[in-house]
Amino acid sequence: MATSTTEVTPAPGAEHLVGQIRVAVPEGGLRHDLRAAGIVWRRELIRFRTDRLRAVTALIQPVLFLFVLGTGLGALAGRSLPPGISFKTFIYPGVLAMSVLFTAIFSAASIVWDREFGFLREILVAPVSRGSIVIGKCLGGATIATFQGIVFLVLAGFADVPYNPLLIITLIGELLLLSFTLTAFGVMMAARIKQFQAFMALTQMLVMPLFFLSGALYPLSGLPAWLSVLTRLDPLTYIVGPMRHAVFSHLAMPAAFEQHLSPAITWAGWAVPLGLSLGMVAVMGAGMTVIAIAEFSKTE
Amino acid sequence: MVANTSTDPEGAAATSAAAAPASEPVITVSGLTKQYGEVQAVRGIDFEVARGETFGFLGPNGAGKTTTIKILCTLANATSGSARVAGHDTRTERDSVRRNIGLVFQDTTLDTYLTAEQNLRFHAELYGVPKAAVIPRMHQVMDMVGLWDRKDSLVSTYSGGMQRRLEIARGLLHAPHVLFLDEPTVGLDPQTRSSIWAYINDLKRREDITIFLTTHYMDEAENCDRIAIIDHGKIVAIDTPEALKASVGKDRVQIHTADDAAAIAELKETFGIEAAVREGAVTFSVAAGEQFVPRLFAEFSIPIRQVSVSRPSLDDVFMSYTGSTIRDAEASGTDAMRAMAQRFRAGRR
Repeated sequence: MATSTTEVTPAPGAEHLVGQIRVAVPEGGLRHDLRAAGIVWRRELIRFRTDRLRAVTALIQPVLFLFVLGTGLGALAGRSLPPGISFKTFIYPGVLAMSVLFTAIFSAASIVWDREFGFLREILVAPVSRGSIVIGKCLGGATIATFQGIVFLVLAGFADVPYNPLLIITLIGELLLLSFTLTAFGVMMAARIKQFQAFMALTQMLVMPLFFLSGALYPLSGLPAWLSVLTRLDPLTYIVGPMRHAVFSHLAMPAAFEQHLSPAITWAGWAVPLGLSLGMVAVMGAGMTVIAIAEFSKTE
Repeated sequence: MVANTSTDPEGAAATSAAAAPASEPVITVSGLTKQYGEVQAVRGIDFEVARGETFGFLGPNGAGKTTTIKILCTLANATSGSARVAGHDTRTERDSVRRNIGLVFQDTTLDTYLTAEQNLRFHAELYGVPKAAVIPRMHQVMDMVGLWDRKDSLVSTYSGGMQRRLEIARGLLHAPHVLFLDEPTVGLDPQTRSSIWAYINDLKRREDITIFLTTHYMDEAENCDRIAIIDHGKIVAIDTPEALKASVGKDRVQIHTADDAAAIAELKETFGIEAAVREGAVTFSVAAGEQFVPRLFAEFSIPIRQVSVSRPSLDDVFMSYTGSTIRDAEASGTDAMRAMAQRFRAGRR
């Protein structure tokens, strides 16, 4: 620990720096907002890169679902599937969505963490729009969650899902959309929930119902009315549907089976188009981002 | 209790004019109040800070220091009254205020999972420091606090003192006009505290900067050009440390006796002096202490084992304006709580 004042003197060769640097902080503007969003995004990536354990643990749950549950239940469920299509293939799109679910929502948990440890204050006193901070954060969470999804995408072959470039690009795009919306949801909650434990408990409580009601593990056709209604209320349904549709359209199977296993999402009999389905997810993401920005703009 | 000088704008203006050059003040606060539910944290304060001045807010925990700083830094809105910092209103021109101030909070606001350089780079991007200036300025401020050669270390490997120095460097990175230091040395050991002050004093020499700080350490308040003593949300005195000490006008006498209770009674009876036990000794204030002590020895019936006479310190100033010592005023034990929180934090890393 330095205690002498001699150490205060700049290192030899650095004296010339003193007082010669003109630092004029600009008057805001779009470029400044972009830089701010960019650094908030980059911090997420740096933190993720230094936390390998998190990347590995986040992969365990989807792998368990796909291979243990998928294989085990497959023996039972396989009989209603067409030849050549395994239960693993059927649940793969839903489990892929799950692989980003935890990472995306929990990346918002760092806001709660940052609040408890003070760093959030450093961010909130900066002369920059709250929007750029929230958007940078959501994009950061979306990026790392999508990266998690891509790692899981590598395992597609084990579930007999073909490595078709068009399919992969479609799935990555859908993962990105889903991740952004989920992170925005997490950020919105993190704006209100001040305690880390409370945040974790609440997200844990929400994640499983979201997953189970999304139709990730069963087709949405022929369900009892109560369950049918609940599945339509789950936002995740509107992304799992299009993802399964993308996978199934690259598999060779009779149209009747595709109709049964990957039916269109219906509202009182009306089939929701894929575009609307994805658009709803995007609108939800945007709406929650706006709420989060409003929350963070409040002053004590 | 001495009359509240803060409600006397003429008096306040006179003192600031005496101590500072007559340019437009960097901080102007008038009639500021802040209410948190039932609790009135700040009860109407007025003051001005001149350019280049080091201005200290001295008071016990819970006196309203941090609340005031939060309002000045745009982190909280005042319930009533106004505050202008660097020529901008803290409520309506928030971003302009933010661009012109640097902040060092009581508790660390560093990302300990990032390196020192990454923390500073984050700050530079967030404040929009021109790209060409980022590296030279980063070099300059880190040199100033002697951390440039440790720039690639994770902040979690830094000691408490190093973290505080890094925060000071970061607060200066965007070349603010005003640097706010909220209890800059709280929780640090005495040696580290004095080194932090060496850096702050050095900084005053080098940068054209106004410093606003809060402290509850008397010895630190001595470093300020002017001090405002704040107690229960009000400014009770505001002046230079010397003037404040002179205003007390009395010396402090402490005696160790065989029977403290009897000594206090006899002091009152014989000399008409109110005394009390402070820091384990019978303590009282008296004009011209050196001349009083011989009289005391001649006329006192209780044996005196030890005697000390001291010129008024800021402790005495605080006591004469608020009626209690700053340590007594801190019975709330917030320091102990903060120490506990820090231990908890260290354990979680």
